[in-house]
Amino acid sequence: MYRIRIHGRGGQGIKMASRVLGSALFHAGFNVQDAPKYGAERRGAPIFSYVRAARAPINERGTIYNPDLVVVADDTLLAVPAAGTLLGLDAHTVVLVNSHQSADTWRQRLNIDGSLLILPAGTETEDRAALPHIGATCAGAAACLLGVIDRDVLAKAIDEELAELGPDTVTKNRTNALAAFDAMADQRGCVEEGAAIAATDYVPPEWVEMPLDAARVSAPIIRASGNSVEVRTGLWRTIRPVIDYDHCKHCWWVCSTLCPDSAITVTDNTPIIDYDHCKGCMVCAGVCPPHAIAGEPEYLAQQRETSLTEREGTDATDTADR
Amino acid sequence: MPPTLLTGNAAAAWGARLAEVDYVPAFPITPQTEIIETLGGWLDGGLMPGRMVTLESEHSMLTAAGAAAATGVRVFSATSSQGLLYAMEMLYTVAGWRAPFVLVNVSRGLSAPITLEADHNDILAARDSGFLQLHCADCQEVLDSVLLAYRLAEDPQIRLPVLVNLDGFYLSFTREPVSLPEVEEVRKFLPPFDPMGIRFTASAPESQAVAVLGGGPYSYFRYETHLAALNGVAVYEQVAAEFTTLFGRNREAVESYRTDDAEVVFYMIGSFATKAREAVDRLREAGEKVGLLRPRLLRPFPASLIATALTGKQGVIVIDQNLSVGHGGILHTELLACLYGRPGAPPVVTSFIGGLGGRDISPQEFYHMVTVTRQAISSGTVPPPRLLYTAAELREVRKLQAIATVEREETAPGRKAADDTGAVQETADE
Repeated sequence: MYRIRIHGRGGQGIKMASRVLGSALFHAGFNVQDAPKYGAERRGAPIFSYVRAARAPINERGTIYNPDLVVVADDTLLAVPAAGTLLGLDAHTVVLVNSHQSADTWRQRLNIDGSLLILPAGTETEDRAALPHIGATCAGAAACLLGVIDRDVLAKAIDEELAELGPDTVTKNRTNALAAFDAMADQRGCVEEGAAIAATDYVPPEWVEMPLDAARVSAPIIRASGNSVEVRTGLWRTIRPVIDYDHCKHCWWVCSTLCPDSAITVTDNTPIIDYDHCKGCMVCAGVCPPHAIAGEPEYLAQQRETSLTEREGTDATDTADR
Repeated sequence: MPPTLLTGNAAAAWGARLAEVDYVPAFPITPQTEIIETLGGWLDGGLMPGRMVTLESEHSMLTAAGAAAATGVRVFSATSSQGLLYAMEMLYTVAGWRAPFVLVNVSRGLSAPITLEADHNDILAARDSGFLQLHCADCQEVLDSVLLAYRLAEDPQIRLPVLVNLDGFYLSFTREPVSLPEVEEVRKFLPPFDPMGIRFTASAPESQAVAVLGGGPYSYFRYETHLAALNGVAVYEQVAAEFTTLFGRNREAVESYRTDDAEVVFYMIGSFATKAREAVDRLREAGEKVGLLRPRLLRPFPASLIATALTGKQGVIVIDQNLSVGHGGILHTELLACLYGRPGAPPVVTSFIGGLGGRDISPQEFYHMVTVTRQAISSGTVPPPRLLYTAAELREVRKLQAIATVEREETAPGRKAADDTGAVQETADE
């Protein structure tokens, strides 16, 4: 059986990726099970989806803990433990990361034994309009790595699964997915079907006796109020709203009131975005009367900040030296 | 028709479409909403006749469903979890009306604390209402069960509403290959609803008793409902046999998987039972004689079919994805009641609570439940019920509690956190 897990953020087409891959495998003659798994149900929140494919009927169900292939559509998730991107990896697992960093960098950072491949994130993140296509692009690359899906079957699956989004979206996704499929040609078929967990020699579960805790501990009381500020939901952002203060009319009530996360504060009639908590929903950009809020791909914004910090750091060192 | 990939929610919607329902009262709730969205799209697009009305709550939705069914039209509705419980008063009421219709429940754990994932305490809260219950293990079974449920509900020997249960996420959002039967084939199995004169019509009031009853008449009507429900086992068996003849799929009241020569048998309901099937295959490869017994029909309770299937077995492993707080697993309790005093009943019945709030059950846990039950068989001592819960899971909760405690120190300095014994020292407010 093939067991594939795909990680990304809400809005990147991660559910769609599992459906494209699922349909393609189904057309290739496999029994298929595909599903998304999400909690927060909002743009930018970590989600994952999974696909099982086998020649026999599938009785396994739910999250895959022993993946043959893990696709990470957004490399910022590798630093989010709750996303569970590294769950159940072993030496046979192939990890495909959509990233600007090199395979060596990630292999070293994550201490991964198995095979780690990079799907170059080049154009997608720089072209904002292309962001929702990452899912299909990843599905295209994954299809090639499996080695059992033909190019035209992949195209057919995309046409079917995206049909209701209109011909332009279908074409764009198909083009991206097929390009990713072709880019992986050297690695075609590198993913191998894994075996089921055998009942002989299994590792017994480490069951515990549930302790009876005092109600002070075990009732769902609020131990600390007002602490949601501690959760840096800004990590969810894929697009960053940036206010151009040269054009801002200081009609601060509009953007700060309509921000669903209260992430825009106002000081002296000037709206200021709190990037620790802004999830990048871009509602502010949509409602800004003078169109003074633009979107910048989060990746580029971070790159800009890093280079700024590095420059400042160098300056500081220089000063100290002097 | 060749199979196509459908989610459990889409399969439920297809069941309603193929049953050619007349009326769909609706109210959204995760993870059910896709069902009514799908039906709404088809109704708007003219792909199916009938009418959908969105009500202001599940309570009103059930009232509308029961009232419409009582006039002799075919009614479908769907809900989940909190929605089902919000409608609880009307579940008993419309069952008492003997209003035949089908309600799909997409199982989800009940608040508090809140979750969106599968857990059977919602559907089992409706256990005693008078609704019959069918429990599904895969997406094909969801579609098939909706069709079977109409035959059961509308049968003149029964005339009761039927709940069809599918698990949130594990079926609701999971696509699997599903064969869609042709509508002409479905019509052969499920002809249009014939209320046989038992219905309300405009300007023709009827009454079978006075409005407010004493205990005698009340007992009569309540027990008649019970007797009608009990008819459901035989009627279901006959309807399921017809279904198999027409569509080729076995839909027996109780699924027996590799039980014939089994010494130890898993006993459970719902989609996690397919995980048990997988575990049975792996355990058989390892030389273990194990099987799976899974009631599809839970109300009426097919006691004699279950007891017969378990006669002579050495042990039964009951996995409850529910918890009767202060007692234990509901399936475990009901199975013991069904087996007590029967000759040849299995001497060992072990109880495991697993899958609460969608918590997964690993293959290793299935294997280990067999090991534990084997030990009980050889020692003659049955272990106490066990919650399937690992040290890693407890460690995670302890971490979250530790973070909460630290945050309290940070955000409200001066207030000391609860210690492990639960004793708390509060600094007096100044």
